[in-house]
Amino acid sequence: MTAARSARKGTLVAVVSTLAVATLVAISIGSSPSWPLVQKAFFDGTYFSSSLPDVIGAFAINIQLFVLAEILILPIGLLIALARSITNPAFTPLRIFATIYTDFFRGVPSILLIYVLGFGVPALRLPGVPKEPFFWALVTLVLIYSAYVSEVYRAGIESIHPSQERAARALGLTRFQALRYVVLPQALRRVVPPLLNDFIGLQKDTALVSILGVVEAFKQAQILKSANFNFTPLMTTALIFLVITIPMTRLVDRLAAKDRAAQQGGAR
Amino acid sequence: MAREATKQAAAPVLELRGISKRYGRALVLDKIDLTLTEHEVVCLIGASGSGKSTLLRCADLLEPIDGGGIVLDGQPVRADDRDADTTRRQLGIVFQGFSLFPHLTALENVALAPRVALGLTAAAAEKRARALLKQLGLAAKANAYPDSLSGGQQQRVAIARALATEPKVLLLDEITSALDPVLVADVLEALRALAKGGMTMLIATHEMAFAADVADRICYLEGGRIVEQGSPEKIFGAPRDARTRAFLRRVRSVGASALR
Repeated sequence: MTAARSARKGTLVAVVSTLAVATLVAISIGSSPSWPLVQKAFFDGTYFSSSLPDVIGAFAINIQLFVLAEILILPIGLLIALARSITNPAFTPLRIFATIYTDFFRGVPSILLIYVLGFGVPALRLPGVPKEPFFWALVTLVLIYSAYVSEVYRAGIESIHPSQERAARALGLTRFQALRYVVLPQALRRVVPPLLNDFIGLQKDTALVSILGVVEAFKQAQILKSANFNFTPLMTTALIFLVITIPMTRLVDRLAAKDRAAQQGGAR
Repeated sequence: MAREATKQAAAPVLELRGISKRYGRALVLDKIDLTLTEHEVVCLIGASGSGKSTLLRCADLLEPIDGGGIVLDGQPVRADDRDADTTRRQLGIVFQGFSLFPHLTALENVALAPRVALGLTAAAAEKRARALLKQLGLAAKANAYPDSLSGGQQQRVAIARALATEPKVLLLDEITSALDPVLVADVLEALRALAKGGMTMLIATHEMAFAADVADRICYLEGGRIVEQGSPEKIFGAPRDARTRAFLRRVRSVGASALR
């Protein structure tokens, strides 16, 4: 009874304080003498509704890019992570390659790589090499995010206690079988929240493709902005990105909480 | 005693010949010779750090050995990878800390090695796993995950899992020291039943009463060497070596648990 009441009281306090802060912020921004100008340039209702269909239409490109990239990144990242985890000396060149790969593609700014691959490679005019900006945008995102994702996988693999692999090997499983049936299933379960986290970053980075002239949501907004001398279409784009990424962020939080609870349950 | 008679003619199953093992500079095993014949139960006793666990891990090729050789069923064992996997299938090992696979049910834990390492069909592996769980009194827990089992139940699942490849020898590494005394009885009972069934076992243990009861032979280890070995009556009743006597005196005065 008292617990329920204090919970209700807590909710009330939270609502009141949030409203108070929001009102204060609104008043202080609205009281600025240039606010009407800014409002007209960034938050114009007419421009918002007129830009919405175009921006949403162009956002389909972002989704395509994101989904294709994700499908490629998941297995490639895993292969790189595995290449880095192999201890067999015969595979040392592979391990070195994987290490250099992750170091390089995590260290280079995405925007530079997009320029180099998107403009540089097609300029070589090699026969059979695609020239489409979309293709090179995809390649860039896959290269960069595979490096990030491989590190997430690797952390997951290394978080599984060595006694698990030893127990599997003791049963006569080969090193590969131990990895496939004992280590990876446990590791993959653990890395789902951090993987989704990387994919939120990937979704946002699909806007970088605009550099190569691909008309995706951000580029479409820029076109509309230039046509009307009004920034509202950019805000429309921001809203669309948020509509996609916020639910995903919440999902990550929930999965992470579930994982924590499961681990505490397992520690009994 | 009846078992003793049949044992005379039995062939050696596992021969450890002059096994040496170093960790850095420390010599943990110093040219250990130990032969297990079929159906024999040998208990390794000794203080922590005497080399019991290391000897078991070396026998299962989980640790590279620095000297000596292993002969399994008359075949010398080489430690290269493929050969080692085949050898491990013929030896079952149970660890002190269970090391069950937490993402698999009890049944899946036991069925994994027959299916994956031995190449049985899923149905055949499951059948074998069910039979083993039943044998160890865990038929009702087949679909439970390790988390929801008690320590004693987990350890019995681990024993069933080690038996699932139908090993020639079962190696047991202080498997009761992580359990509370009530649960220890269950696990020891399971081992007694296995011994009665003729399983060849090499057991590192701190449970002297259990060792006296189940073992055909006791080996006392100290400083990486077998100081003295013989029947339980001899070792516990009339130990010849001064070091064995000192160890047993200490065990009796402080209780086995203090030695862990």
